Amino acid sequence: MRAFLKLLFRNRLAGMGAVFLAVIVVLALLTPLLPLHPPNEINTANRYLRPLAEGHWLGTDHLGRDLLSRILWGTRLSLAVGFAAALIAAVIGAAIGITAGYAGGRTDNVTMRGVDMLMAFPYILLALAIVAVLGPGLMNALIAVAAVNIPFFARNIRGVTVGIAHKEFVDAARLSGMGHARILFSEVLPNVVPVIVIAMSTTLGWMILETAGLSFLGLGSQPPQADLGSMLGEARSALISAPHTSLVPGAMILLIVMSINLLGDGVRDALDPRLRSGALSRPAAATLVERKQVPAPSSEGLLRIEDLETQFQVGRRDYRAVNGVSLSLEPGECVGLIGESGSGKSVTALSVMGLVASPPGVITGGAVRLDGDDLIGAPYARLRALRGNRVAYIFQDPLSTLHPLYRIGEQLAEAIRVHHPVGRNEAKRRAVQLLVDVRIPNPAQRIRAYPHELSGGMRQRVGIAMALANDPDIIIADEPTTALDVTVQAQILKLLDDLRRSRGLAILFITHDFGVVAQLCDRVAVMYAGRIVEEGPTAEVLEAPAHPYTKRLIACVPELGGGRRRLEAIPGLPPAVDDLPPGCAFAPRCDKAAEACRSGEVALQGQDRRRVRCLFPEPTTEAAQ
Amino acid sequence: MSPAVQTHGLACRFEFGRRLFGPPRALLHALHPTDLAVAPGETLGIVGESGCGKSTLARMLVGLQPPSEGFIEIEGAALNRADPAEFGRRIQYVFQDPVSSLNPRKTIREILEAPLRYLHGMGRAARRARIDEIFGAVRLRPEFLTRYPHEFSGGQAQRIGIARALAASARILVLDEPVSALDVSVQAQVLNLLADLKAEWGLTYLFISHDLAVVEAVSDRIAVLYFGSVVEQGPAERVFAAPRHPYTRLLADSAPQVGRKLGGGAAGELPDPLDPPPGCAFAGRCPLATERCRAERPLLRPVEGDQFAACHHPL
Ligand SMILES: Nc1ncnc2c1ncn2[C@@H]1O[C@H](COP(=O)(O)OP(=O)(O)OP(=O)(O)O)[C@@H](O)[C@H]1O
Ligand code: SF4
Ligand code: SF4
Ligand SMILES: [Mg+2]
Repeated sequence: MRAFLKLLFRNRLAGMGAVFLAVIVVLALLTPLLPLHPPNEINTANRYLRPLAEGHWLGTDHLGRDLLSRILWGTRLSLAVGFAAALIAAVIGAAIGITAGYAGGRTDNVTMRGVDMLMAFPYILLALAIVAVLGPGLMNALIAVAAVNIPFFARNIRGVTVGIAHKEFVDAARLSGMGHARILFSEVLPNVVPVIVIAMSTTLGWMILETAGLSFLGLGSQPPQADLGSMLGEARSALISAPHTSLVPGAMILLIVMSINLLGDGVRDALDPRLRSGALSRPAAATLVERKQVPAPSSEGLLRIEDLETQFQVGRRDYRAVNGVSLSLEPGECVGLIGESGSGKSVTALSVMGLVASPPGVITGGAVRLDGDDLIGAPYARLRALRGNRVAYIFQDPLSTLHPLYRIGEQLAEAIRVHHPVGRNEAKRRAVQLLVDVRIPNPAQRIRAYPHELSGGMRQRVGIAMALANDPDIIIADEPTTALDVTVQAQILKLLDDLRRSRGLAILFITHDFGVVAQLCDRVAVMYAGRIVEEGPTAEVLEAPAHPYTKRLIACVPELGGGRRRLEAIPGLPPAVDDLPPGCAFAPRCDKAAEACRSGEVALQGQDRRRVRCLFPEPTTEAAQ
Repeated sequence: MSPAVQTHGLACRFEFGRRLFGPPRALLHALHPTDLAVAPGETLGIVGESGCGKSTLARMLVGLQPPSEGFIEIEGAALNRADPAEFGRRIQYVFQDPVSSLNPRKTIREILEAPLRYLHGMGRAARRARIDEIFGAVRLRPEFLTRYPHEFSGGQAQRIGIARALAASARILVLDEPVSALDVSVQAQVLNLLADLKAEWGLTYLFISHDLAVVEAVSDRIAVLYFGSVVEQGPAERVFAAPRHPYTRLLADSAPQVGRKLGGGAAGELPDPLDPPPGCAFAGRCPLATERCRAERPLLRPVEGDQFAACHHPL
């Protein structure tokens, strides 16, 4: 709750709205206690007194009634009616929405079609029709305004409920023996309430305005009772001669509606979790760079990542996702980067081309050299020219790189034409050839398919074709087969392996599967808590792991053909990267940990191709025999 | 002794293109009539690729999905009405995504109390004692009970999911990809916990996964599903070591393994479920396919000992 208020008041406009509204509400609440004239006390001798007249601060109206008193009583009434209408609309709308969304099927269908029909009517016409049937009066105006807003609530809340009703925790509740009514109240409703609050806070202002509108037309509050709309209506005839009689209620309506809407938007933004991570703030085109020093270039290579450091700065915390990673890649080589979730594999990969979202990501150190040129901090135009052209990415979810609304052929052709000025037909011819290269059967027809018409494996092939579109030198593949079935995975791995051999591609392959690394990669680097803890030729690392973490991680993974057995688990969890222990990050889980491991930095040591970050590495030589 | 779980011709069809009135436009057979039996104390592993009907089978077994045909017998009692509350006391479900199976707005204690209250009508003191017992069994600290789900890692959340299943006092658990969402080091922790619980409490497991090595490591028997049918069934140590169905062999050969060359797997994809082939569903990808395979659907039959395969030309 405190976090919510803090967030709300960080938005200045919302804070202003909240303050105004609070003052108005307090005044409205205190009205009966204030020393005011009775609001309906007629004194025709004092008609149309100007503001600041004696005894009447805001003047009087056409019957000599005190405007200050009337505006306060009127505000009180309008607020009460508006709140009541919003509450009624929210309760009934939510009830309809939740029931329809949870029941699904025919109930949902029929209810929502009915709601759609109501929504098809112009809003105010519907309200007028309802008042016409019920007769004028404040109560009826309230009912009409509530009624026309019910569909809005029902629609919104149904949408959210459908999402929640399909969550696994609802199934779990059914298996715990809860009935439908109980599930609705104790599982679904609490998750829908924030949406109801948001919908209410964003519509309350309009509802007050609509009620005022009906009163203005004489269909709402009846004389002599004052509400803001009827005050405006009565003042209409004296608009020129006594403008203050209209200005006072007009200004009040403006103030109320504006402050409620500002506050409502603020509430919506504060409650919407997507805004909390800063996801909707526009990310920079390339990752922010704040380097203190640039490491001196070491020996040449196609791609060299040197001492790369990438952090996420969220609030006052620094998540050190990548903490001094060095890797190199030669033409035609496939290097595996393996590690558990959160170890920093993806962030390493994305940092290469400045693709880490900023904010919150910042590259705080190191260099990435492509043919000796540093890419970190390179101008955006240069990065863009290289992205896809010399360095291409393949992601776990190919849909993240494919546009759902364009045919795959068009997208491939587009990708080619971004970097190469070729004609439409030439681009199309190349697109077909790419599909042939990634072994998609029937490519001439398949280029006309939309992404959703393809199976997961086919889509990933198209993802690879996209990556190959401009004949890159390097492909960075971030878990490209994790979401695929094993038989399809085998096909994709084979394809990547063939491609790199036939085209001399260098591949940086990110995975958490030792089997995949063993089959595809020449060398492998193992990551733990943002650092490389071991590196070497794949066969050597897998047969004789030197780092205790690598050794135990390999032992955790069951192997086909091993039969029934107990697995060697590693107790505990990887450390949080915003609070790394001093010394070796694996020490809390390592059974060889000694005092020295916990006190100082442990360096990555060894000959150039075989390195390990451990003070007491496993004896590799005997194990290898 | 009667089997812990037995299915009799259990099948599930989904209707596609439902209209407000009238028959649907198409039928999708998620699961063809299936007979399975699991002995008390046994672990039956179920493997298959995405869309082969694993989760549909699992959801029917716990009453979350009404079968279109056939029925389920649990500990000798036929349950032919899809009522999760009735199933819940005998058979429970552990979900694939541990975090989304816990209501974000409830404390762990509230989540664990639900089955005790609604399935067993336990009083406050009895619930407290039982929760303490179960929470200890899944190796979690009691102070976690007052926290909310988002405060837990995947592995911890999955322990809580297991604790909830145990709280219902069911002796049969359907584990639907219980470790797929977890990291390998945590995966091993949870698998070992499951093995301990099974020994301590005498549980029966139906263990569903797409990871062959994991299934092999935990199961007594394994059933292989392809396109909504069981195509092979047999003792865990034989199914992948000596597969009899060509699909099982393809699966076993495709699993990435240390010390084996890239196989590449056979080309080809699953058939279109809305327009299934008349004969064997695997014929399009099978190196041994003959005319007979394309015309006639093979039935599951014994090949050798207690190994079964649905194939006209078993290996
Ligand atoms: N946008 C972000 N904001 C804050 N922290 C982030 C963000 N993206 C990643 N992180 C943090 O950076 C660290 C490394 O994340 P990364 O995605 O590189 O892990 P990974 O090794 O690729 O894991 P996985 O196997 O789950 O893909 C994690 O602690 C993660 O929580
Ligand atoms: S440095 Fe020490 S704690 Fe770290 S892995 Fe090596 S032995 Fe274990
Ligand atoms: S029945 Fe025929 S096509 Fe099907 S798996 Fe057996 S041999 Fe292959
Ligand atoms: Mg990742």
